[in-house]
Amino acid sequence: MKFIQKFFEDTKPHVQKGAKYHWLHSVHDGVFTLFFVPKHTSNSGSHIHDFIDLKRTMGLVVFALLPALLMGMYNTGYQHFAAVGELSGVGFWDIFLYGFLRVLPVIMVSYIVGLGIEFVFAQLRGHEIQEGFLVSGMLIPMIMPINTPLWMTAIATAFSVVFVKEVFGGTGMNIWNPALVARAFVFFAYPSQMSGESVWVSLGGKQAIDGFSGATPMAEAAAGQPNIDVWNSFIGLIPGSIGETSTLAILIGAAILVITGIGSWKIIVSTFAGGAVMGLILNYFAGDNAYMALPFWEHFIIGGFAFGAVFMATDPVSGTQTERGKWIYGFLIGILAILIRVVNPAYPEGMMLAILLMNTFAPLVDHYVVEGSIKKRLKRIKVKA
Amino acid sequence: MSEALFSRKNISLLSGPIGSNNPITVQVLGICSALAVTAQLKPAFVMALSVTVVVAFGNVIISLLRNTIPNRIRIIVQLVVIAALVIIVDQFLKAFVYDVSKQLSVFVGLIITNCILMGRLEAFALANKPWPSFLDGIGNGAGYGLILIIIAFFRELLGSGTLWGFRVIPESWYIANGGFYSNNGMMILPPMALITVGVIIWIQRSRNSKLQEK
Repeated sequence: MKFIQKFFEDTKPHVQKGAKYHWLHSVHDGVFTLFFVPKHTSNSGSHIHDFIDLKRTMGLVVFALLPALLMGMYNTGYQHFAAVGELSGVGFWDIFLYGFLRVLPVIMVSYIVGLGIEFVFAQLRGHEIQEGFLVSGMLIPMIMPINTPLWMTAIATAFSVVFVKEVFGGTGMNIWNPALVARAFVFFAYPSQMSGESVWVSLGGKQAIDGFSGATPMAEAAAGQPNIDVWNSFIGLIPGSIGETSTLAILIGAAILVITGIGSWKIIVSTFAGGAVMGLILNYFAGDNAYMALPFWEHFIIGGFAFGAVFMATDPVSGTQTERGKWIYGFLIGILAILIRVVNPAYPEGMMLAILLMNTFAPLVDHYVVEGSIKKRLKRIKVKA
Repeated sequence: MSEALFSRKNISLLSGPIGSNNPITVQVLGICSALAVTAQLKPAFVMALSVTVVVAFGNVIISLLRNTIPNRIRIIVQLVVIAALVIIVDQFLKAFVYDVSKQLSVFVGLIITNCILMGRLEAFALANKPWPSFLDGIGNGAGYGLILIIIAFFRELLGSGTLWGFRVIPESWYIANGGFYSNNGMMILPPMALITVGVIIWIQRSRNSKLQEK
């Protein structure tokens, strides 16, 4: 560790104001604070900090995402070899390596484009590079189908960084979750690359076997023929966006988020509760509609419900801030997600739209929670007087 | 005539609305039609022309009548003038460019409710002579049209791969034909038009420090 520290101290004079490489100063600062907790102290307000600054927080979220990402890589390979009918001839590492090599470019595109734009804005506006993109850059590839062209991922990333983060003032000021907006952008701008049967499984130029469909369980269910393999859906061996398929890996990530106190367990629990309630209501009115009759736990393991509930809804910036607000916010996300899924056939995945909609209403929920508690306390004063 | 036809003051009536006093990007008027008719260049151009004609001649007529219009019913008089001009323009479009007229559909009629027109008639023509009023109308129409054409250029290029109906992006680039490219469906939808307007405002304000709000 000493030599890294020495490197940063040696290079520091070269990026000081007026020095030759001053234009690199925000990069220097950004990379330095990635390795070491900075010694900055606050000038005003609270003076007591723990060492968990924004970079450490973001690092933990990325760590919590890793199980789902690794599982997504394995599943990418698994779906590929299953589709071309070579599954019996390959070993675990072959499968994983194929998925790794397919997923890695998407991650690189997302980080290079996103951090590049952050870098430009940091230079133009004269502030440090903001760390918010560490998580968004990992989330964006995980919610894209594997066959989405890289240039679309790049454009969607650029769009969401510029129009969702930077125009509102950068990290911590965004109204919506940037990663979800990137996905929504691709969904509405290039619908043929974001839905249908040909985008979820990477064929790698080979011919698929007879009878191969490539449709996700969600699409099959939306077509009125739910055919859910519960075990495979739970561990994640189904077609879907890269990181969203494995409910098991997502639950491991959820445990990390909750134990470290970064994700709100209230939002996670209430989202699942909302989904369960809506699932039961739809069950009651199902009649002979097979999708409405789908039990709610099967909704949780297909599509992006679990991923959205754990990693997207809990975003502390775009979600609600008040404790009671978190219950309402999560509950409504769960209800809307299942409702959009089942009732609107044009949008097979309701989670994305449900979270974006509730992101929009989060300040309103917070406002009424705060107003409500003020009113309640005022009443208490009056009773005493 | 005490003043020359193209004195500096009159020229600024023309150039102001195109630049630092633009009706769309600075006064934020007429946004609705700017979102609705800019999916392609041709209708946007025709719309810009129509609005320019209506606002210029509306200005002249109101300016000629300005000393005889009773103050309490001036809005109704303005509306009658605008509505008459819009109907003339609408009939003209139907007669000579029927396909564009069909594309623009209700939005030609809705020029009547365009805030730019009422704004110019109320704020300028009622207090100025016909010639400056005419220039002001042309300037505002041109400022409106300029923004419309910029938006329509990007929306048609990125959303349909064409410009003025002619193919710019080769067919062989498209995924359906074995290429890599795909049109951006969002550009066809009004939200991206709003974002495009936002970007134009952003660029204009960052270049012109007088427009920045402190």
